[in-house]
Amino acid sequence: MCLAGTMSQAGEVAPKDVKFTEDGAIAESLTGVAGDAANGAIIAGTKSKGNCVACHQVTALADVPFHGEIGPMLDGAGERWSEAELRGLVANAKMTFEGTMMPAFYKVDGFIRPGDAYTGKAGAEPLPPILTAQEIEDVVAFLATLKEE
Amino acid sequence: AAFAGADDDTLVVNEEIEMVTKTAAPAAVADALDEVMSGWHFRSDETQALQMDDFENPAMVFVDQAMDSWETVEGSEGKSCASCHDDVADSMKGVRAVYPKWNEEAGEVRTLAMQINDCRENQMGADKWKYTGGDMASMEALISVQSRGMPVNVATDGPVQAMWEKGKEMYYTRTGQLELSCANCHEDNYGNMIRADHLSQGQINGFPAYRLKNAKLNTVHARFKGCVRDTRAETYKPGSQDFVALELYVASRGNGLSVEGPSVRN
Ligand code: HEC
Ligand code: HEC
Ligand code: HEC
Repeated sequence: MCLAGTMSQAGEVAPKDVKFTEDGAIAESLTGVAGDAANGAIIAGTKSKGNCVACHQVTALADVPFHGEIGPMLDGAGERWSEAELRGLVANAKMTFEGTMMPAFYKVDGFIRPGDAYTGKAGAEPLPPILTAQEIEDVVAFLATLKEE
Repeated sequence: AAFAGADDDTLVVNEEIEMVTKTAAPAAVADALDEVMSGWHFRSDETQALQMDDFENPAMVFVDQAMDSWETVEGSEGKSCASCHDDVADSMKGVRAVYPKWNEEAGEVRTLAMQINDCRENQMGADKWKYTGGDMASMEALISVQSRGMPVNVATDGPVQAMWEKGKEMYYTRTGQLELSCANCHEDNYGNMIRADHLSQGQINGFPAYRLKNAKLNTVHARFKGCVRDTRAETYKPGSQDFVALELYVASRGNGLSVEGPSVRN
């Protein structure tokens, strides 16, 4: 039996099987399917998805209202980081920056008081990851396009 | 700048009550903060203005309603709050400032809401009010008004110390799938925008707070519940020992700020 959100497609790397390098990067694609940068941009700007703009300013998403200022500006992220590093950052930034405030988007257990999304009710681990494997790949593809500071 | 931290405005209510809205951090939090600040500083000029005059403050209608319930006889004992406490302006002056506080007889830390419900049940023989409900929020507002301008001064040691430590632990615990603690947002990032929200220090000296967003008075535990829910966590229950401990700790982070309740927030 599988819960919809935790179900992984054939050939996908499940959240528990992800291998991080010592520096927190993920070398291999999580799906083997190239990321769609345009879709990644939508995910990054959508509240119920990545909601990256809650914490980061991104010039490429200037049409999305209200960018937060918790994390660094993402302009130029595609220059500062390799694809593998970006994948690691989005899947679980705590593997790159110990103790960072940035949430892990491809992590399903080991939480304190895990909830059922934003209902405030208890959730049973493993939780569905916040983003699916392909959504992570799409966001990584989007970040890779952010070349200019 | 568009996203400047706290502003430098001064809060005087009714051209009369001068509020301390920024002050040196009390001992309990001096290791984490230099200065503690009221949430008022992080709101827009328009929202701030609503709190500067009781005729503008939308919370004041609830204070009037609570004044009526103060005088209303309810329950098996045929009593109202006024039967025992007479004039609220005298009997409740300074009360809000020291809550939550230790109740020796009951051997527990009591929030204002717990004390109010204790009086309803055990003194009046009346039903308890819902912990975060409208009757309770309004009565808390009426009682807060009697302490406006007085410094928050909750005890952190002696018999309350264990609860205070528990609250502190909760404040720094990163909950939910987003793994965020109160401190992540309200200690490390106050003054910063998180999406469209301007983060304050999450102080409770202004509670209960009228929020323009839901057009009602909001209690401390309802606010806590919302913030915990937003970490994609299982929330704690309003009125639970967990939230009582958290309230005690958070209140102590505002020791020295003026009691402002009922405040106005967006
Ligand atoms: C709750 C806040 C928060 C959210 C939401 C968030 N981040 Fe971050 N992010 C941070 C912080 C803080 C850092 C800085 C790392 C550190 O030193 O702790 C960071 C760092 C980064 C970095 C590396 C910084 C650089 O050099 O450019 C990237 C890339 C990044 N985030 C991408 C994302 C993406 C993509 C999303 C959404 C899928 C996202 N972040 C969501 C807080 C957040
Ligand atoms: C029959 C008497 C009686 C009635 C009626 C009553 N109270 Fe009380 N109240 C008390 C007593 C006695 C105490 C002191 C309790 C203690 O210290 O344990 C008290 C304490 C309080 C306190 C704490 C004061 C402090 O200095 O800590 C508050 C607040 C309060 N009452 C509110 C109310 C409200 C609101 C109502 C009506 C809804 C009410 N009371 C009705 C007898 C009463
Ligand atoms: C993800 C970020 C986040 C986390 C984590 C968080 N809050 Fe908040 N909190 C907010 C935002 C946004 C607001 C509304 C703006 C403001 O007043 O700071 C807020 C408001 C508040 C307020 C109202 C302040 C006022 O003056 O009206 C209190 C009190 C509060 N939070 C307490 C807490 C406590 C206690 C915790 C931990 C249990 C917590 N918050 C965790 C984001 C957060």
